[in-house]
Amino acid sequence: MTDRRLMHGNGAIAEAAVRAGCRFAAGYPLTPATEILEYLSGRMPEVGGVCVQAESELAAINMVYGAAASGARAMTPTSGLGLSLMQEALSQMCAVELPGVVVDMARMGPGLGTLSPTQADYFLATRGTGHGDGRAIVLAPSTVQEAADMTIAAFDLADRYRNPVLLLGDALLAQVMEPVQFPPMRDRPASPSWSLPGWHGGTANLIGEYRQDLESVEESIRKLECKYTTIEAQETRAQAFESADAEILVVAFGTAARVATEAVREARAAGLRVGLFRPLTLWPFPRRELQEAAHGVRAVLVPEMNLGQMIEDVRLSLDSRLEIVPLNRRVGAFAPEEIRIALQRLLEGRS
Amino acid sequence: MPLAETIGAKVLPARTEAMGERPIPYCPGCGHGTAQRLIADTIESLGIRDRVVGVIGAGCYTNGGMGSFDFPRLSSLHGRAPAVATGVKRARPEAAVFTLQGDGDLAAIGMGEIMHACMRGERITVVMLNNSTYGNTGGQLAPTTLVGQRTATTTSGRDPDQHGEPLRVTELLATLPGVKFAARGAVNTAQNIWYTRRFLRSAFEVALAGKGLGFVEVLSQCPTFWGVDPTASLEWVKRSAETVFPLGEVKRALP
Repeated sequence: MTDRRLMHGNGAIAEAAVRAGCRFAAGYPLTPATEILEYLSGRMPEVGGVCVQAESELAAINMVYGAAASGARAMTPTSGLGLSLMQEALSQMCAVELPGVVVDMARMGPGLGTLSPTQADYFLATRGTGHGDGRAIVLAPSTVQEAADMTIAAFDLADRYRNPVLLLGDALLAQVMEPVQFPPMRDRPASPSWSLPGWHGGTANLIGEYRQDLESVEESIRKLECKYTTIEAQETRAQAFESADAEILVVAFGTAARVATEAVREARAAGLRVGLFRPLTLWPFPRRELQEAAHGVRAVLVPEMNLGQMIEDVRLSLDSRLEIVPLNRRVGAFAPEEIRIALQRLLEGRS
Repeated sequence: MPLAETIGAKVLPARTEAMGERPIPYCPGCGHGTAQRLIADTIESLGIRDRVVGVIGAGCYTNGGMGSFDFPRLSSLHGRAPAVATGVKRARPEAAVFTLQGDGDLAAIGMGEIMHACMRGERITVVMLNNSTYGNTGGQLAPTTLVGQRTATTTSGRDPDQHGEPLRVTELLATLPGVKFAARGAVNTAQNIWYTRRFLRSAFEVALAGKGLGFVEVLSQCPTFWGVDPTASLEWVKRSAETVFPLGEVKRALP
């Protein structure tokens, strides 16, 4: 039996979650992520899992919090507005170290915005996780296959680090249909020893102990700090394409990177020395990998479907004397042509 | 008459394992410790200490609930405990799940979560401590503050014209079919403590039997922010029970 199917991004993410052993999902309908909830509402009962349609995103993420505390692989799908509402709980999940996966299929903001795809949730995803010094790993798929693969990786990372993981897509990835290959079904993992209800050598498991003395407060924040440092060292991921001899390097993620790949291919075919660098993890941001890829380039082009958000991380990573040029798509997705023209202009600027 | 003598060893065991050994962290005269003791006793007497999960909301009782009990438990953000409990219960149906919340936690910021947990008839028990104020933040107006009651944010007293009238949570939740038991108790007299203990048992039983949600509101004294001494705070509860918050079972669904 082949496990290759034609699916849209939302469906692929939902099926991949089930394959990864996720057996609890909660969500609130929100375009363009709703199909994930719809798919899971039918699929979860087939595999002995649970899907709850919550009364709000606040409730959805707190249900995930409860399910995660009881040892289940749990997730919630949403879009930017919902992710805004989930910030407090994400902060709490960081604090008490609970795993969980949040999928943000981003739509235009700010505010209610509209349904077209956007990358303007970059700040919310990478600087988010609410108040305090919390951090969530952020994965940025470009294709339907990658959305499926990264969903599975997200659950593994969440469990490994007992930390929330975000999958940042957009309305385009949510709806585009492509062939996708799924790995075999994984069993629901055994409940971890720290989960509830559970006891540890006669002591009741406790999640979210109330601390007041500053020493133990500092100890717990140091523990998180140490974990985040480990994640930065171990889990940073990026891809470089045609970057070895490039004069101009395009840095893009997600859908913008998908379009940029096409633009770079076309430009290469026309003899232009351009390359692409694509962060796969937005936090941790692949700073060192970007420095290596940008070594020797004359300029960097940063196409983003927003007013310029990731470009801040690019600037922080690279030599300030390097020319770093934004290319912002305010509504919807780029056409490869737009990026190719921008590259051409940059190259002509040299002569 | 001292409370311990009135209730006696026949009713409550001398020591309840589920209560743990840490000291109760409440102000002198506060009713929360007694309520907590009754919850521990209920868990012990039902024999569910090994599979109970306490979801502890945010308020004065957070410190006591997370600190003093001795069984598996989880802290919840302000108001979200019914959603958290839903996640725990749905993922681990064999667990006995209850929430401990206050009137601000449940009836203000958490009204959405409790209404929908009730609507779905989640198989959980919800205990709401009602002290008519926000104790943990220094005594501000709560949804349950009495008309005329002075708080840090209603220094001239609660004015129905401005702040509305106190919310009767038990009566409200009892209207929802998913709620199979709803009662209001108090911990100001030995008799009321005895009744509250019975209410708690029923509220746990309906959830354990898979019938639906069991709810108990407990009127709790807050002498600190009512600005009265502990003895007068017992009278205060009596008065509020006679006027706004009548004690007793509001709903017991037929089996």
